[in-house]
Order: sequence, then C-alpha cells, then structure tokens
Amino acid sequence: MDAFTTHTGTAAPLRRTNVDTDQIIPAEYLKRITRSGFEDGLFVAWRTNEPDFVLNRPEYASASVLVAGPDFGTGSSREHAVWALLDGGFRVVISSRFADIFRNNSTKSGLLTVLLPQPDVEALWTAIEAEPTTEVTVDLQAKQVRYSPGGGQSTTVPFEIDDYTRWRLLEGLDDVGLTERHLGDIESYENGRSAWLPRALPAR
Amino acid sequence: MASEESTVPKTLAEKVYDAHVVRSTSGEPDLLYIDLHLVHEVTSPQAFDGLRAAGRTVRRPDLTMATEDHNVPTLDILSPIADPISRAQVDALRRNAAEFGIRLAPMGDRDQGIVHVIGPQLGLTQPGMTIVCGDSHTSTHGAFGALAFGIGTSEVEHVLATQTLPQYRPKQMAVTVDGELPPGVSAKDVILAVIAEIGTGGGQGHVIEYRGSAIEALSMEARMTICNMSIEAGAKAGLIAPDETTFAYLKGRPHAPQGADWDAAVENWSTLRTDEDAVFDREVRIDAASLTPFVTWGTNPGQGLPITGAVPDPADFADEGDRRAAEQALAYMGLTAGTPLSEIKVDTVFLGSCTNGRIEDLRVAAELLRGRHVDPDTRMLVVPGSVAVKAQAEAEGLDKVFLEAGAEWRGAGCSMCLGMNPDQLKPGERSASTSNRNFQGRQGKGGRTHLVSPAVAAATALTGKLTAPADLENAGV
Repeated sequence: MDAFTTHTGTAAPLRRTNVDTDQIIPAEYLKRITRSGFEDGLFVAWRTNEPDFVLNRPEYASASVLVAGPDFGTGSSREHAVWALLDGGFRVVISSRFADIFRNNSTKSGLLTVLLPQPDVEALWTAIEAEPTTEVTVDLQAKQVRYSPGGGQSTTVPFEIDDYTRWRLLEGLDDVGLTERHLGDIESYENGRSAWLPRALPAR
Repeated sequence: MASEESTVPKTLAEKVYDAHVVRSTSGEPDLLYIDLHLVHEVTSPQAFDGLRAAGRTVRRPDLTMATEDHNVPTLDILSPIADPISRAQVDALRRNAAEFGIRLAPMGDRDQGIVHVIGPQLGLTQPGMTIVCGDSHTSTHGAFGALAFGIGTSEVEHVLATQTLPQYRPKQMAVTVDGELPPGVSAKDVILAVIAEIGTGGGQGHVIEYRGSAIEALSMEARMTICNMSIEAGAKAGLIAPDETTFAYLKGRPHAPQGADWDAAVENWSTLRTDEDAVFDREVRIDAASLTPFVTWGTNPGQGLPITGAVPDPADFADEGDRRAAEQALAYMGLTAGTPLSEIKVDTVFLGSCTNGRIEDLRVAAELLRGRHVDPDTRMLVVPGSVAVKAQAEAEGLDKVFLEAGAEWRGAGCSMCLGMNPDQLKPGERSASTSNRNFQGRQGKGGRTHLVSPAVAAATALTGKLTAPADLENAGV
C-alpha cells in the first residue's frame, strides 16, 4: 500500500446522502479478477445518465478530494469501491459519516477517509462550489484539513483518526505482515480451541 | 483477573468477542480469531493473488469453505457460464480452491448455494463462533448467536493468511421487539421497520442484538432474515441469543457436533446470553403488535413505509439531506408523491436471495399462490437459496405450485438480488423483491426495486400491484 502523509488537490462536492457502493461501482464491474483498472466503473450510472453530475463538470474533472454527504459507502462490502475511487484519481473522501466496511477497506489501500462534522462539510461544499480551483490540503501528520475559501484567509479544520490506523497509513504498512509478528499468540490460541468446533472439511 | 472478568456484566456480542481475542495491547486493535471463513468468487481472486505474490499459504483450509453464487446463472446451470468474464471469475475460484486446498461447492454440487444459506444448512454456522466472509450479508449467521460480519478483499487475504483479523471493539445496541406479530407480518417486515426507524446509518459502529418475545418466537430462518439486513441499518453485525430453537435446528446437521461433543457444545452455547446488568450503548424498542407489512418506496432500505401508506412528499422532510435524497429517489423510481403504495404496479416479482431464499420463505409464498394465477402482465421468479433448498421444495411439491401459478422455478444462486448474472431488470422495469437492497441499478441498470416480504411478494405477483396478503380477498384473486 502507498503511504499517505499529506495530500493537496482540488475537491469535488458530492451533495448526496447514502452514496452506496453499488453507485460507486456497479456489480457488473466486479467480475474482473484484477486489482486495478476500475476507473471506468466509478459512478458510471450517474456519469452516464446525469449530464450535470458533479464529476461530469470540467471544473471538477481533476479533483482528487471527494466531499460527500453522510452515510458514504453503505451497502456491499466490495473493496472494488475503494479501488475505483483510487483508480479514478481520488486520494481522500470527506464525509460526516462513513459505512464501517467501506471505511475499513479504505485504510487497507491508502485511500484516506476523513470524518468531519456536517457543518464543516457544508462550509467546504460552499467554498469549492464558489471556487472550484480551491486547493484543499489533507494533512494526516497534523490531522488537519486546510483550505482558503475564495483565496482568502486559510481555514483549518482538525479531524480525528485513531493513532494506529494513522501510523499504518503514514508508513504504508500492510496488516498481514504486522499480524505475522504474532504467530506465536495465534498458535497458542488455536491450541486452546474447543475440540467440537466445526471444520469445513467434507462432512461425514 | 479471572474473577474480575466473570463479574463484569457483558452483552452476548461482548462474550463472543472476548472469547476470540488472540492478543490485546493498548494502542493497537485487538487480534481476533476467526472460526469460519466463507469464500465466494467475487471478492476473493485478488486476495489469493496477494497470497501467491507474497509466497503465503492458507493457514487453516479446514476452517475455510468456498462456493459459487453471485455469478451463477439460474437456468441451464450444468452448462459452462455463457458470459466469459463471469466464467473466468468462477474458474479463478476453482483454481484457487484447488491450489490452496479449500473445499469448494461448485455449480451442480449438492452443497452449492448462496454462501449465507449453505453455512447454516450444513451446520457450519454455530453459536458463539466468529464468522467472516467477503460479503456484507455475513451478518445473517448472527441468527445463531455468532459474531458474523462482512469484510473487504484485503481482509479476506488477511484471514486466509493468518485466520485472524485486527478489530476494534464494536459498540453495543439492543433492538427489543416485544409482543406478538399480527398475522401476515413477518421477520422481513420487522427488519424493514427497524431500518426505517433508525436509518441506514443508525447502527454504524454497533453490533445489534435483537431480543424480546417477538424475536424469541421466531424460527431460525426468520431470525436469519432479520440478522441478514443488519448491515442495511449500518450495523457491523446483528445477533440473537441461541436457545432451544437454535439447538433443535442444529441437531443432526452434517457439521453439528455429535454425542459427547454435542453435550459439551450445548453447555457452552447455553452461556451465550447477555448478562442482566450488561449495558448497551443504545436501545431501541418496537411493539410487534403495531407492525404491518412494510415496503420500500425509495432507493435505500431506510426509505420504507407500511404498505397502507402513500409515497411521501419530499417537502415534508425536515432535514435537507433527507429531502434531497427523497427527491432523487422519487425521480429515479418514477413515483409521484401521494400515490398510495398499494396502487404501484410492478413488472417483476423476485422471490429469493440470502434474505428470503430459504424453505420457509418458499412455503409462505406457495401457500398464497396455490390454486391461483400470477397476474398476466407480471413475471415471477422463484429462486431457491441453495441446491438443498431446491430439493426440499421439490420434495414438498412447491415447484409444481409455483409452476402451475405461472411463476418461473429456477436453480440456486444470488440471481436478481444483484446484477452480476443473467437475471436482471431492464431499464425502467419495476420489481417487488424479497432481496435486501433497493439501491439504484442494484437489480440491473435502471431497474426500480421495492423491497418486500415473501408473503407480500406472492400477493403482489397475483395482483400485479404492491399488495398485502390480507387484501387478496378484496382484490378478487
């Protein structure tokens, strides 16, 4: 996974609630067995059917920060939603509430999900709608989102993220390698498991 | 330490969680042991590739089981899949299962079916276990008092490699449903009402324990329907304390313990109850007697109402986000505010999925269809959740009831729950569906979905309009 320290880019306002992972990438794109190349499926229904959809507008075409309404990433556990956002050029999604599985998946591939209170999301929407070239800096080291509405005085919004996830993202570390340092603990746990617990081997 | 642990009151979910902690250190997530890992073709190929790239093996193939479900056509299932991309994905699972020594129930196998139907049916799903799968509806298995949740592909790889997952302790929520459900009101109506009440984000960060007399009175299959849709309320998992109903369901299943093992297991399972003084972070109470058949009108599962209601007016929503969401939903669904829900005409009725594709679901629908005929302008697909459910239904003659009523009787799979196989809605088509998601395009590009119970699905198939079973006599069918 690529490390994430700080990112600066323009931001797209996605004024929708309940953006489920079927909208981020529909099921038909999930038949692929690769881990990249999912940008063609990103929000494909909205991009196809809604000429005014925010990502169809040239001023937001190169946005790398997505600012969405609450309950982003609900529904299916498909990690393809995270891959599609990354493949589509996004490094950060900001929302006031994320679905748990989506948020968890995002931390495995280096897509930063930033949880901000809804009033801060609204302020950011207003700023990037008024001036789409507004650069937004998402600083994981300092746990801050910084931008200058209308090119004026800089606004700094702090955000929370647990220290462990932050450290993993800053270092770009994969979980499997970290867990393998505890194989001894896993073995001793296994030795204590009840004998009657089921095994998936073909049944008698 | 041990005595302290035993005196701190815990919820059921906390007991299961604590029993699986391999390692706990301040400042790091807990490492949780996984008792059963279910695998299907869609969310696993990249995980197996990751293992190969790192030269890793599957740590516990004996705790891992795979099946083919999402891409599976429900007609002509013994022929190779016509869609080359779907076929390649299924072929990849077959190669991976063979290479890593994992048991696979492929198309045509007697154990094949939707992953959340076969686990319980084989007796692999048992109380007190931790169960994961690269599929959000893994919460289904919580019906047995297991802590079961959906994971992404990176986590699938992590479980394959280590049989563990780094986890943070979830918050605890109780949904208590007391009283008696009125006739014609089912588990599906209960969970749709719960989601409408707490919202699609209401359970976020929580495990929901469903409790109360109405829950205790439910069969295992009905409990699975409720736990299945926990994710639609945003919850990490949903579970129900195991009881005699649970034990009776499990006894004699192929992977259930036998003899002295059975006794030891039941002794352990009987301790899996929330302690009296345990504290929930949030509690919701619902009066079972007040519930009615429920349907969704919008494009997320929280946008639901009793079938006696009408399409809501977006202007009536106080919250701006909700108002906008309602406007977008009505536009997508092609609905006008104020239209009685019972006047909405559907093209297709889908009975099936991991929510409602089990034998009891088919029985309820068949009972309503028996001796009647599906509306001539309506198509009804009946898709059993597994090969075993199909065989059971055929042994009971339900297939004949469906066919004589003019419904289609299909092979087992995820089918029209999601657009990954040939069973899809056409753009603009409207369905009444017993599945779990009414998202835009979920059942096919441009398709419009109303989520319903099996009984409402059958009644709707007969009239061609969203119909409560109790209204069938009035409808003259």
